[in-house]
Amino acid sequence: MTIAGFFFYLFAFVTVASALMVISARNPVHAVLFLILAFFNAAGLFLLLGAEFIALILVIVYVGAVAVLFLFVVMMLDVDFAELRAGFAKYLPIGGLIGGILLAQLLLVVTAWTVAPQEALKIAEPIPAASLVSNTEAIGRVMYTKYIYFFQLAGMVLLVAMIGAIVLTLRHREGVKRQDVATQVARDPSAAIEVRQVESGKGIG
Amino acid sequence: MAEFWTDYGFPLLIIIVQSLGLLVSVLLVVAYLLLADRKIWAAVQLRRGPNVVGAFGLLQSFADLAKFVLKEPVIPAGADRIVFLLAPVVTAVLALSAWAVMPIDDGWVVADINVGILYIFAISSLGVYGVIMGGWASNSKYPFLGALRSAAQMVSYEVSIGFVIITVLLCAGSLNLTEIVRAQDTQFGMFGWYWLPLLPMFVIFFVSALAETNRPPFDLPEAESELVAGFMVEYGSTPYMLFMLGEYVAITMMCAMMTVLFLGGWLPPFDVAPLNWVPGVIWFLLKLCFCFFLFARVKAIVPRYRYDQLMRLGWKIFLPTSLFMVVVVAGVLLFFDLAP
Repeated sequence: MTIAGFFFYLFAFVTVASALMVISARNPVHAVLFLILAFFNAAGLFLLLGAEFIALILVIVYVGAVAVLFLFVVMMLDVDFAELRAGFAKYLPIGGLIGGILLAQLLLVVTAWTVAPQEALKIAEPIPAASLVSNTEAIGRVMYTKYIYFFQLAGMVLLVAMIGAIVLTLRHREGVKRQDVATQVARDPSAAIEVRQVESGKGIG
Repeated sequence: MAEFWTDYGFPLLIIIVQSLGLLVSVLLVVAYLLLADRKIWAAVQLRRGPNVVGAFGLLQSFADLAKFVLKEPVIPAGADRIVFLLAPVVTAVLALSAWAVMPIDDGWVVADINVGILYIFAISSLGVYGVIMGGWASNSKYPFLGALRSAAQMVSYEVSIGFVIITVLLCAGSLNLTEIVRAQDTQFGMFGWYWLPLLPMFVIFFVSALAETNRPPFDLPEAESELVAGFMVEYGSTPYMLFMLGEYVAITMMCAMMTVLFLGGWLPPFDVAPLNWVPGVIWFLLKLCFCFFLFARVKAIVPRYRYDQLMRLGWKIFLPTSLFMVVVVAGVLLFFDLAP
């Protein structure tokens, strides 16, 4: 208990502190690095809950793929922070509004059990004991049966996003030489080499 | 207080001793694999390789270590000092920490976690950060280009490695590495290990492992003919050594992954008298050395890929093939009711 408590406060503190650093760091690359630290500690919190599958998927997907692309893009951008700060007052009202809505929603999530007790009954799926079924199996059992439509829907959304990204960035340029590996492999000496008798002192016209 | 010791103190001490033992043996193995790499490379080119320090050059790696540690570390004036020094540490620590879940014999594992293979996949997918951070923090052109190349390359090949791992998981029915090796323990001996039933995936995994660890012919992040030394241009002494160490530990890790996923881990080739007297650790090491020999041979005999060819291979050949194989393997397992 004490050790688990210690690690909970450690991970929680580092998560919150690095999340604060994400929005206050001067250098955008440092901000992304702090974001990665925050992801890591969130994965640590999942581990403490016994959700090892979600913890590692979080690391693989967010840290291993998404944050790499963030870092990739942020490094290439020449972000001028003074310019960004200049528009601060202009964007403050709309930013404050969105922040307020998010805060209200979070508070609702936290207090919903006391405000509306019948909501608590909606967590219908009983969670099997950890000794009976492993974490990965438990997720697989509900994901491919009870939540199959949501799962498929999420897949469709991702597919549409992927095709959208390709359509937006695809440019067909004229006159670009491309390597066609099949043609290269299919070439043989009889088609590729031509032997000519060259007359001395003249060369091939 | 007594409860504290039995609950936390002694288990912690045991874990520390086990981890230290594993780390020391991994580093020793890596030191000699590094020498073997150079010796094999030299033999292919009809040279002798390192042969001065110790008999047959056996102490060469330790001499190199002393040299790197005793040299003066130089940090470029325009570099981001913290990230610059963090990058090699990240590379080395991540590479070493993946070994925590690697079973080197039945039950010889520091952390026997349920999702061991996912842990290794997660840790190895983070290896790219050392490279990107090092390349960016150096604040110079060549390292940055090297880092960008490597980011794209390592992310691309991770995808096919992921699908290869999924086919093995489908056959073994577990994410625990020990269970994966036990699932390969059939009456067919070495022909029941997954390298034969999943031969295309074994080849894809091997080539993707070369790309994932930036080994030749995919060493474009540090291509010396174009980028001098890629992301490591500005590094010297101990930070450089940490990069080098991380790289070789990651290569050894990939060899161990091939051993566990496809070559039956600690299992003897056949369960008959003289072969099953040999301890499992020895079999594990022999298989690991065999995989490393393949890595070293490829380095010596294959010319470097061009960057667009590398991307074509990853996205247009390996990704569709491995995705197709996931469907085929799942279909066969379901149709013949072989799924565990």
